[in-house]
Amino acid sequence: MIKLIPRAENSKAMIILSPIIALTLTALSAFVIFLFILDDIAVSSVFFTLFAEPLLDSYYFSELLVKAAPLMIIGLGLSIGFRAGIWNIGAEGQYVMGAVAGGAVGLYFYNVEGFWLLPLMAIAGIIGGMLYASIAAYLRIKYQVNEILVTLMLTYVAVLFLQAMLQGPLRNPSGFNFPESRMFHDSAMLPIIWEGTRLHIGLIVAILLSILAWFGIKKHMFGMQIKITGSAPRAAKFAGFDDNKTVWYSLLISGGLAGLAGLFEASGPAGQLTPGLPQFYGFTAIIVAFLARLHPVGILFSALLIALSYVGGENVQIDYNLPSSITQIFQGMLLFYFLACDILIKYKVVLFKKNN
Amino acid sequence: MIENLLIEIFIGITIASAPLIFAAIGELLVERSGVLNLGVEGMMIVGALLGFVVISHTGNPYLAVLAALVAGMMIASIFAFLTQFLLTNQVATGLALTLFGLGFAAFAGRDYTEVTIDLIGPIHIPILSEIPYIGPSLFSLNPLIYLAFFMVYLVWWFLFKTKQGLILRAIGDNHDAAHAIGHNVVLYRFMAILFGGAMAGLGGAFLSLVQVPIWGEGMTAGRGWIALGLVVFASWQPFRIILGAVIFGGITVLQLHAQGFDIRISAQYLSMLPYLATIVILVSLRMRLKNKTNRTVPNCLGRIFHSTT
Repeated sequence: MIKLIPRAENSKAMIILSPIIALTLTALSAFVIFLFILDDIAVSSVFFTLFAEPLLDSYYFSELLVKAAPLMIIGLGLSIGFRAGIWNIGAEGQYVMGAVAGGAVGLYFYNVEGFWLLPLMAIAGIIGGMLYASIAAYLRIKYQVNEILVTLMLTYVAVLFLQAMLQGPLRNPSGFNFPESRMFHDSAMLPIIWEGTRLHIGLIVAILLSILAWFGIKKHMFGMQIKITGSAPRAAKFAGFDDNKTVWYSLLISGGLAGLAGLFEASGPAGQLTPGLPQFYGFTAIIVAFLARLHPVGILFSALLIALSYVGGENVQIDYNLPSSITQIFQGMLLFYFLACDILIKYKVVLFKKNN
Repeated sequence: MIENLLIEIFIGITIASAPLIFAAIGELLVERSGVLNLGVEGMMIVGALLGFVVISHTGNPYLAVLAALVAGMMIASIFAFLTQFLLTNQVATGLALTLFGLGFAAFAGRDYTEVTIDLIGPIHIPILSEIPYIGPSLFSLNPLIYLAFFMVYLVWWFLFKTKQGLILRAIGDNHDAAHAIGHNVVLYRFMAILFGGAMAGLGGAFLSLVQVPIWGEGMTAGRGWIALGLVVFASWQPFRIILGAVIFGGITVLQLHAQGFDIRISAQYLSMLPYLATIVILVSLRMRLKNKTNRTVPNCLGRIFHSTT
């Protein structure tokens, strides 16, 4: 028989060990899956392409960082809400709305050069994401409607809205009716920080934001407030914390950051608004936030890990004709194992023989 | 002519609402036991795929439906194991289940995107289906639609007319008390989650076996989430699921017909309607309840249970 005995204190060793166990289990499962689906390719070479090549080749490594940046920015915002028990699951929608709002500003000033344009677009992107998330905040406070469902429904709406915009006002006037916007001009494009790659300034912004968030949570009263609201709602009430404020801040911050990430994607790697802009980052960032245990600096690392699986997944698709959806399976499995292994922190697993 | 159109719309509504009824009634039972499973979308898409795969190989609709049911249960068992035995956070685990399910279905279904199948057609109940108007709209429907309505009745009967149903509701409202008087909380919840998975799988299969004869990786298009909304809308009362699903089905059909009538709104705005309607429905529910708290919410919904004894 197996029995779980609660620990008096969380195990410090397990806090570090459990993610490693989860990673090992994911790698083992991936190995078994490959053994089943690969006929005449060595599993080791697929493993190499999937997990090692993105780290060894400088171009793939830059792509890894390109993909990690939006995951970091969105994950940071989500983690703040998750700490307070506010489940913004529709970051993907806020990401799209941020891209549309910021992108529209860039297109409005098409061919107008100026250093002020990018900041303006970024602000528009943040506001776009914030406004979109504020719908969920308002409905939750005014009508107690669950924010999980509202943000999700609005994600589907946002994707449709992007398509409608690209067939209407934002369509490239000389683009042969393709549902795409113009390519952004130079002043509307993010500066590249690594010559010859697509790596843009968004990565630096992400790192700065994570440090800012870390200080905010550690030192600022608001950090305390969201933590207590999430872990002990009754205590938060007695302390006189304003519930509504927590809802507003959580959703506005996560929505704004998702919007910023969307704008960065549009004016960075994509260079225009296209229907292919939503790439599931908003959902994957949920995994990123959890893998980091909602810690702002930890998110930098978990985003890199997940980005590795993205780039690796694309490479195995090209090299071995395996579908890239395999990365989504691994990401889901990783989260499963990770959640499961967390039990080792709070509980001691004891094996014992049954005797009357 | 207008009669035919009305009958067509009526049948369209039943077809659009049936998958939601399946998924929502399963989730309703799960939530009544005190568990919140946000993996409905993932379970649905896996059910849709497995049903499709089986029918494309065997041509046997019974086997296909059975496969979808079992597939839904299998993937739900991951959630059940994690949340009931390893005490994981239900929100996070449910989300993981959805992401995993979508990825799994996209991966496993990659060879089936070009395949078409024969849809499961309606049955005509002898004599009754001959009645004008009522016959074609009530007695010539798809057999799975009758099953959907029957499942609603069955869940209602189980919850409110059987001893086990009473125990399940008690567990959902106070798992510590239910445990103290000797009920097996984990067993009941495990079974409820499996049932929820089976129903979600069936709902998914309805999409790929009755609605469209093809398989696509995004074919559930948020219906699992809408089903979750319907459970809230229904205030955890089984028969109200039908009302919510029919409203939703009505909007879906309306939107399709509007697109056919060449109304000068781009198709995307019309396609938004079902999602916006879900939000409106949830808001209207709260307006109806005013400031009263919703007393039918299972008290232990989403809370982790662990017994030390």
